[in-house]
Amino acid sequence: MGNVPTIFRREFAGYFATPVAFIFIIIFLALAGSFTFYLGYFIERGNADLQTFFLFHPWLYLLLIPAVSMRLWAEERKQGTIELFLTLPISIAEAVVGKFLAAWAFVSLALALTFPMWITVNLLGEPDNGVIAAGYIGSLLMAGAYLAIGSCLSALTKNQVIAFVLTITVCFLFTAGGSSVVLGLIQSWAPEVVVNAVQSLSFMTHFQNISKGVIYVPDAIFFAAVILSWLAANILIVDLKKAD
Amino acid sequence: MNTMIATEGLTKVFGAKTVVDSVTLQVNRGEVLGFLGPNGAGKSTTMKMITGYLRPTAGRSSICGQDVLDSPIEAKRHLGYLPEGAPLYPDMSPRGFLMFIAAIRGLRGAEKAKRVDQAIAMTQLAEVLAQPIETLSKGFKRRVGLAQALLHDPDVLILDEPTDGLDPNQKHEVRKLIHDIAPTKAIIISTHILEEVEAVCSRAVVIAQGRVIADDTPAGLIARSPRHGAVTLTVAAARAEAVKNALSSIAGVGAVQQGKANGKGVLLTAFAKDGADVATAIAERAAAEHWPISNLHTERGNLDSVFRSLTNPTARKAA
Repeated sequence: MGNVPTIFRREFAGYFATPVAFIFIIIFLALAGSFTFYLGYFIERGNADLQTFFLFHPWLYLLLIPAVSMRLWAEERKQGTIELFLTLPISIAEAVVGKFLAAWAFVSLALALTFPMWITVNLLGEPDNGVIAAGYIGSLLMAGAYLAIGSCLSALTKNQVIAFVLTITVCFLFTAGGSSVVLGLIQSWAPEVVVNAVQSLSFMTHFQNISKGVIYVPDAIFFAAVILSWLAANILIVDLKKAD
Repeated sequence: MNTMIATEGLTKVFGAKTVVDSVTLQVNRGEVLGFLGPNGAGKSTTMKMITGYLRPTAGRSSICGQDVLDSPIEAKRHLGYLPEGAPLYPDMSPRGFLMFIAAIRGLRGAEKAKRVDQAIAMTQLAEVLAQPIETLSKGFKRRVGLAQALLHDPDVLILDEPTDGLDPNQKHEVRKLIHDIAPTKAIIISTHILEEVEAVCSRAVVIAQGRVIADDTPAGLIARSPRHGAVTLTVAAARAEAVKNALSSIAGVGAVQQGKANGKGVLLTAFAKDGADVATAIAERAAAEHWPISNLHTERGNLDSVFRSLTNPTARKAA
């Protein structure tokens, strides 16, 4: 894994070589803010916490993370640079992890830039900053899970649009899996084991557990497991799909 | 160890199509192997398998004794590779890109800066170092790709069409560069520019439909041309018929071909049988019999016709 830092640096700097990074960050902050204030009635609720801020993160990520992850491998394929990249003395695992960490760091930066929310809530009242910290950690873990899915699916195609649509679809299943709509749909025909499995795979359920303020080990392990298994699949796909 | 690149029965099957069929090659230090073949013959696929990028359906490949599948990282350390089309990261500058490659190659600090500067000097990139790669001309992009391959002074260089898109001056520079570094390395270049093979390669391998159909020196390949060693002379039209008969009677001369008449006379070409040296005999006879000839030269033959007759059997019949 010695080449991960080098790959990470190149990839991370790559976000800022074009206006993409700035546009992404601005839209992320604008959406995060308006969801909180308009959809979440942050002010009207009068509570000194960031519950409404974190409430919309799954949907925010569902929309924006596929836009970050779609290019990770699809672009390398399209440009043909994947051949150059993978004939350097690096392992595919280093390549996958380096790219993933850079994307994760980039999204973390966007998330960190929401700090004015935290300042605001501290000025307005006396929030439990432990709960807020847990919310940020949970949000970060969830972002990593979305990114790992996106990175893996991006390796399937050289077309970024296909990668984007695939990622949104799969991420939607993982997000909405816990919602009554989806559960209602499958409850009618699937056995209970399947229904429970779908529910337990939902990002929403696990994220909400964490953002209530207690980092349950199982929830953190859940996200770590999601990240690791999608990255493992990513490595496999990159290796198998080099030919075309 | 002298054999730097070794492949054994490399085969690649895509679906029902065998793209590369059992290619076995050894390339030694100091050799520049020119890989020739029509488009779609399997040149690039073979190179992708030699570099370990593509997994062969059957067969093995090793670089400096390291199997590219069993110990890929060790093998790739010895390899400089310019993939087909010289793909590069368009958002990066040449300097940023080369620094990245140098870091991946394990170079650090002053050594890194030195090697990057050397590669820049060798490929004459100094004027475009800070520009995004996507804004560069095709020639500069190709040279950035070359600089990347040469950066770590590898033992083995595999260059897929290194001079594609370069102007004649740049082509000359790149050929000179390859020639200069050749003694210490094993180099494979693919090209469909036949003059390039004569200019830089010590060995030419022709591949068609995935098979190696010729493996020879460029001179040896040219010698396969039916025109190789043939003597062409321009004779005054009045004596053309007599000279033609005289040529046919000379030992070692096979067919005699009569070309079109031009202002100076008629072109006659005497083909040599089985590589016999007929030039001296023809020249002596011409002098003895005072043939009215204005020109006499020995044909070298050309790689072009050999290439066509090797790779396209129907062309051979027509020729």
